[in-house]
Amino acid sequence: MARDFAWIRPEPHGIHVVPADSWIDPSRPVDHALVTHGHADHARGGHGVTVATPETLAIMDLRYNTREGATAVPYGETIRLKGGVDATYIPAGHVLGSAQILLEHAGERVVVTGDYKRRPDPTCPPFEVTPCDIFITEATFGLPLFTHPPIAEEMAKLLDRLAAHPERCVLVGAYALGKAQRVIAELRAAGHHEPIYLHGALEKMCRLYEEFGVDLGELGLVSEATKDEMRGRVVVCPPSALNDRWSRRLPEPITAMASGWMRVRQRARQRNVELPLIISDHADWGELTRTVEEVNPRETWITHGREEALLRWHQLHQRKARALALVGYEDEDD
Amino acid sequence: MDELAALIDALVYTRSRNEKLRLIAEYLRATSDPDRGWALAALTDGLDFPAVKSSTIRNLLMERIDPVLWTLSRDFVGDTAETASLLWPTPDDPPDPPSVSETVELLAAMNRKSVLSDLPRLLDRLDSSGRYALLKLATGAMRIGISSRLAKVAFAQAFEVPVEEVEEHWHGLSPPYEPLFAWAAHGEAPPDTANLPTFRPFMLAHPLEDTVVDLADYAAEWKWDGIRVQLVRMAGETRLYSRGGDDISATFPELLDVLPMDAVLDGELLVRGSHQGGEVGGAASFNALQQRLGRKTVAKTMLAESPAFVRLYDALIVEGEDLRERPWFERRARLEALMERLPSSHFDLSQVVEAIDFVHLARIREGARDDAIEGLMLKRRDSPYIAGRRVGLWYKWKRDPLLIDCVLMYAQRGSGKRSSFYSDYTFGCWDGDPDAGAELLPVGKAYSGFTDEELKKIDRHVRTHTTNRFGPVRETDRTLVFEVAFDSVHESKRHKSGLAMRFPRIHRIRWDKPPHEADRIEALKALIRD
Repeated sequence: MARDFAWIRPEPHGIHVVPADSWIDPSRPVDHALVTHGHADHARGGHGVTVATPETLAIMDLRYNTREGATAVPYGETIRLKGGVDATYIPAGHVLGSAQILLEHAGERVVVTGDYKRRPDPTCPPFEVTPCDIFITEATFGLPLFTHPPIAEEMAKLLDRLAAHPERCVLVGAYALGKAQRVIAELRAAGHHEPIYLHGALEKMCRLYEEFGVDLGELGLVSEATKDEMRGRVVVCPPSALNDRWSRRLPEPITAMASGWMRVRQRARQRNVELPLIISDHADWGELTRTVEEVNPRETWITHGREEALLRWHQLHQRKARALALVGYEDEDD
Repeated sequence: MDELAALIDALVYTRSRNEKLRLIAEYLRATSDPDRGWALAALTDGLDFPAVKSSTIRNLLMERIDPVLWTLSRDFVGDTAETASLLWPTPDDPPDPPSVSETVELLAAMNRKSVLSDLPRLLDRLDSSGRYALLKLATGAMRIGISSRLAKVAFAQAFEVPVEEVEEHWHGLSPPYEPLFAWAAHGEAPPDTANLPTFRPFMLAHPLEDTVVDLADYAAEWKWDGIRVQLVRMAGETRLYSRGGDDISATFPELLDVLPMDAVLDGELLVRGSHQGGEVGGAASFNALQQRLGRKTVAKTMLAESPAFVRLYDALIVEGEDLRERPWFERRARLEALMERLPSSHFDLSQVVEAIDFVHLARIREGARDDAIEGLMLKRRDSPYIAGRRVGLWYKWKRDPLLIDCVLMYAQRGSGKRSSFYSDYTFGCWDGDPDAGAELLPVGKAYSGFTDEELKKIDRHVRTHTTNRFGPVRETDRTLVFEVAFDSVHESKRHKSGLAMRFPRIHRIRWDKPPHEADRIEALKALIRD
């Protein structure tokens, strides 16, 4: 039997769309790249042509100045690549601009999810289930113990703690692209309208979100605020700054971290976190398995994460799956 | 159970001792009997339910979830109880959490068969945090860093009672400690423990520092380098307690049937050493004693090679007579008289050091070479035995520490208040002539001895002299010299240098000293005394 789907090949540094000679989220520079979203482990600079959503291109421009060779494809639109391959960008619900890429060639359909989640997120359109033959999924939180609680519960935890310590601030470590803006937007949705203070590394990305119409309310910069102004306020920084000397300028910060890994107590303790907030931009176990059932592909390929458990689930449910050994994707801070 | 679960979670994420105390005290005040007593026992690992083992939990889970998925999850989390609490399927009914005492009753009633149906029913009534608290409580392994001492201090804080009294009354009671709460929270009479082999809080000493005392008022004794213990026999039952009031009887079984009368004695636990001079019977170094600490059972060979004995300091109660109100010299006379009736195989007397005056005493202290001597104790002759640390009654006058110059090699971030500072330092000595290509070998680690101002300066030095990073650790360019103070140094296979220091701390920061002038390993080796 001629091998089905010989036109799409997983290689260690990315997924190769052979007839188009294009790569999806390649981890090294290539002539032609299809990029799912702006996180550094998926979007790298230095490609000849980069095809992505306008939002993702703006993010990449901000991070790597990759203006040359940028080809924008809005959600729902299809672009014809070399060799008779059609690529369509479909919302993935992960961060601003994040997309699944539907590839169609010779009557066969392949969906590459990039990173995704199914929970509502005020900063990006929701994931759309897209029927396909091969479903190439992530598995960052691919263990049955990962159930992300409703985000409103986590926001309530944060605001309760803030109210109990009006003389201190709550310092939230959150991934600079996506998580930080989502936390701010969710705080606003929970009725918190006080100024929120930012670490300098988050400022430009927040402004970019605002340009794309995401309302983040009143934001200030830690570098321009006095200690007293920040008492009783939320401060957001990248996770790397949580225990850094940068935080010494804050009024007795209560250290919080917004991450799916916070579900495991030891993970939170390792990071010296006092207030773990279980907030993730990835699908949890229930979302991963439900999505496979809804997409109902002939075969699932798993790009990165805890693939053993998701493979086992496929086996238990008589579904065909394989793990791809891709390098360079992992998200310790999500 | 919800409140206890919330408390346990808060304690897990809190590094600050004061904050832990506050959280526990608040819980004890807000919770009623007997729940708070059971909770207190659970926090200090004082509960045990033989029917619930880690393997029981694993087997229950494997019936409900694929074994492969269980194992992958367990390996990721690293803790059976936590994994189970996360994986337990959420029932359709809303949670109906039992009280702590109901939980304890149900757990206590389980046997190895009924646990298979009763524990799942209990788990179904709780949410994920509640399940974690339940499973930790049931397996008796809370391990959240709450020592019995911390719990007692929190209890004292909660009800504004002296911690020494809490210690004295706590012992002899078993969970849920209702008489203890009745006394502390409601002002009832304290529980009567006079005839029980309970712990009596120690009298403690202040450092002497610059104080000069008159030897007419104070007696001097050696301060021995073992562990302070209290040996108690009441109504024929003997127990051995450590300084914190922990029952360490099982670790030193040879001391449990050698006290011929009911008494409460204060002394230093030491192990026999063949090569120490000075005192009759000679004691080995602390290093030898350390081999015996923390064991739940003791091998016969260890009992034969390193037998323990008690060098007595004081007598609190003898044959029903409480001597604590009596002055030291009277208690001392009673103790000396008692010695004739105690077997010399397991007891000797800590001798009083005779000196003409304070200057003479200082000379004697300088000349002390016995490794088991940590320094001198000065005790007011007319002082009663008072629990705790009272000014002016007892002083400890430690021997001057040993000093050596080391080079800073690695620095690690601290925790809590120090989490943004590089405050834990690993330092080394040269393994030869530094000008002839010798290397630095790590000899110890210290995180104290400097002021906040000095910490800021060292932190800045570390950040600007980093050559390598390994997670939270930075390697430095090895240019900063510390004068390190320590109590003693021993051979150790754990370190590449073959040496381990006891109580190393930063004595001075030698910003002025070039690193090649730091000490060599041989200099440190020459200070080994065992």
